[in-house]
Amino acid sequence: MVNAWFRIPLGPWIDAATGVLVVNLRGVFRSISDWIGVVLGAVEGVLRGAPFWLVLLVVSLLAWKVAGRGPGLFAGAGLLFIAGIGLWDRAMITLALVLTATLVSMILGIPLGILAARSRTLDAVLRPVLDVMQTMPSFVYLIPALMLFGIGRVPGVIATVVFAMPPAIRLTNLGIRQVPRDVVEAARAFGATPSQLLFGVQLPLALPTIMAGVNQTILLSLSMVVIAAMIGAGGLGGVVLTAIQRVQIGTGFEGGIAIVILAIVLDRITQALARNRRGRNDS
Amino acid sequence: MDSLLRVEQVTKVFGRRSERALKMLAQGFGKDEILRETGATVGVHSASFTVNRGEIFVIMGLSGSGKSTLIRCINRLIEPSAGRVFLGDQDVTAADERALREIRRRRMSMVFQRFALFPHLNVAENVAYGLRVRGVPPSERRRRAMEILERVGLARWADAPIQRLSGGMQQRVGLGRAIVTDPEILLMDEPFSALDPLIRRDMQDELLRLQSDLKKTIVFITHDLDEALKLGDRVAVMKDGVIHQIGAPEEILQEPATDYVAEFVRGVSPQHVLTARHIMQTPGALVKVKDGPRVALREMEAEGLSSAFVVDEAGRLVGLVLADDAVRAISEGRRNLREIAVKDSPRVAPDTLMDDLLPIAAEARYPIAVVDDDGRLLGIIARVHVLSGLVAHRREPADGRKPGEGA
Ligand SMILES: Nc1ncnc2c1ncn2[C@@H]1O[C@H](COP(=O)(O)OP(=O)(O)OP(=O)(O)O)[C@@H](O)[C@H]1O
Ligand SMILES: [Mg+2]
Repeated sequence: MVNAWFRIPLGPWIDAATGVLVVNLRGVFRSISDWIGVVLGAVEGVLRGAPFWLVLLVVSLLAWKVAGRGPGLFAGAGLLFIAGIGLWDRAMITLALVLTATLVSMILGIPLGILAARSRTLDAVLRPVLDVMQTMPSFVYLIPALMLFGIGRVPGVIATVVFAMPPAIRLTNLGIRQVPRDVVEAARAFGATPSQLLFGVQLPLALPTIMAGVNQTILLSLSMVVIAAMIGAGGLGGVVLTAIQRVQIGTGFEGGIAIVILAIVLDRITQALARNRRGRNDS
Repeated sequence: MDSLLRVEQVTKVFGRRSERALKMLAQGFGKDEILRETGATVGVHSASFTVNRGEIFVIMGLSGSGKSTLIRCINRLIEPSAGRVFLGDQDVTAADERALREIRRRRMSMVFQRFALFPHLNVAENVAYGLRVRGVPPSERRRRAMEILERVGLARWADAPIQRLSGGMQQRVGLGRAIVTDPEILLMDEPFSALDPLIRRDMQDELLRLQSDLKKTIVFITHDLDEALKLGDRVAVMKDGVIHQIGAPEEILQEPATDYVAEFVRGVSPQHVLTARHIMQTPGALVKVKDGPRVALREMEAEGLSSAFVVDEAGRLVGLVLADDAVRAISEGRRNLREIAVKDSPRVAPDTLMDDLLPIAAEARYPIAVVDDDGRLLGIIARVHVLSGLVAHRREPADGRKPGEGA
């Protein structure tokens, strides 16, 4: 047997490293977790606090306005259906988790993507890291999230962010790199400062691609819902999880279908945003 | 003459081991050897020239000869490896980032081969871009952009997305964007190469028309000999990063400095490519209508000529007064130059080829007037210049012409 004499103790190393992190950076993790808690609390407060018909109306109108009549009607009917099967509150918990995770992913991912587009070194470092982040089975993230942040919704958001942020970084980077070279050159030739170049030319032109990244981030977040429920994120993921544990096929499908409805609504809205941005932008 | 731009020994080497490459260049190694030895590409080698105020200076060379690199060294979109660039008495190569931005915002602007317009901005916003980075308020930007669009004939399209415009129109926007900041120098990197031949000719004429109004200083790049000769007050011929010759179009054609230039212009006969603009001179005796016959006579006397050109307040050509007629008018007490001027003296457009001038010159009894579309007098051509130009060229073998040249 190979393993008898050749064994790299990678697992124990990571254990040790995480242990060191937990002990020494407790304060840092606390404040990260506090901040995310605040944002999540606010989003959840709005979604769960408002009467269900109001949320339904606002989301449907939004879908109608950005994506058109079909998606608008679908959003209305879909949300009504979720309320009808008694999962409204759970759905709002999940929606809050997804929106918060997406927001955090954008806040971290877009600036990182911008930096990566400017620095070849950062790009070279980031690329394999992002590959690993995305291909690693998502369950694995639960363990450090659990150790560093404990159990509950906030660790759920954090594990989701780690899994869902890569497209935001990647597509921001790509979008900026895709801006035609001669257009960038023209801006410089007319005396644009680096920030005028970024905000006046590169970001507006990269926006459709960045929005496509946001769209992917949202869908990846939704795909983490059930997994995040394993560390207590609750919501629709919790419904599905309980159903698995108790082998309740009906409940499982109710939860699953509600997740799919949320996914479709969010997808249509963000895709339409990405498309519309292809037009014009002024500042 | 009043020089505005001075480029001194500018060299650009691309690649990591450019130090070593620079040393090898100094030792006289060629571009290929340096590439083999160091992996560095010599883009431009020791280019020097001076551009005078109000002049169109053309840099001509085949693909890869280093034209784009050289023009970008002027506004430092490409950082020169060695050499200096002066704009007036300011050393552009020594400017820090802030000063360089200031130069790009106010004193130099650029027109690009592939237009390089901003796809997310409409026509007027594209034109106004240079004002926007300068912090000019939107209403003022709009006003200035509209003025420029009027000038390049695109006012109707102000709010259109640029994607709706044809290539020629897009490059008018590019031209508008470059002049809206009222820079001293326009850098134009093959601005018309991406256009159809017909549109290209229109744009060349448009540029000359604009130039006769604006009197900008222009550095213009092309790989097209006809274009170079048509537009250039002076032309620099480049090959492999080196300038082979700088001279007026006639000089380049008639006295090529190196074999390469000779090869380049071989078979091009001046009268096929040179136009009225190249050989016209400022009129010796020129008077306004309101000046009257006495002033006209005095002008002729001062210049030793027997006729004077008459223009109106807007500079439009009225006609030609002959000394005899002026004398008679004075004795008869008539004052109106408009009445006594000869109106049927020959007039030609500035882009009239020498070929077409010849028959006119042969028939004409008076100097030929060169006028623009609005009838403004740009210059005059003495008959003898056309005829002697022809004689000078007789030295060349007549069978060396390329078919269709200068058509
Ligand atoms: N960024 C760069 N890195 C390396 N080599 C370059 C770079 N830019 C230009 N070169 C090289 O420098 C030389 C001159 O190129 P340049 O683009 O100035 O030529 P050009 O005369 O403008 O040609 P064209 O008519 O094709 O535009 C070429 O050999 C080119 O390969
Ligand atoms: Mg070029």
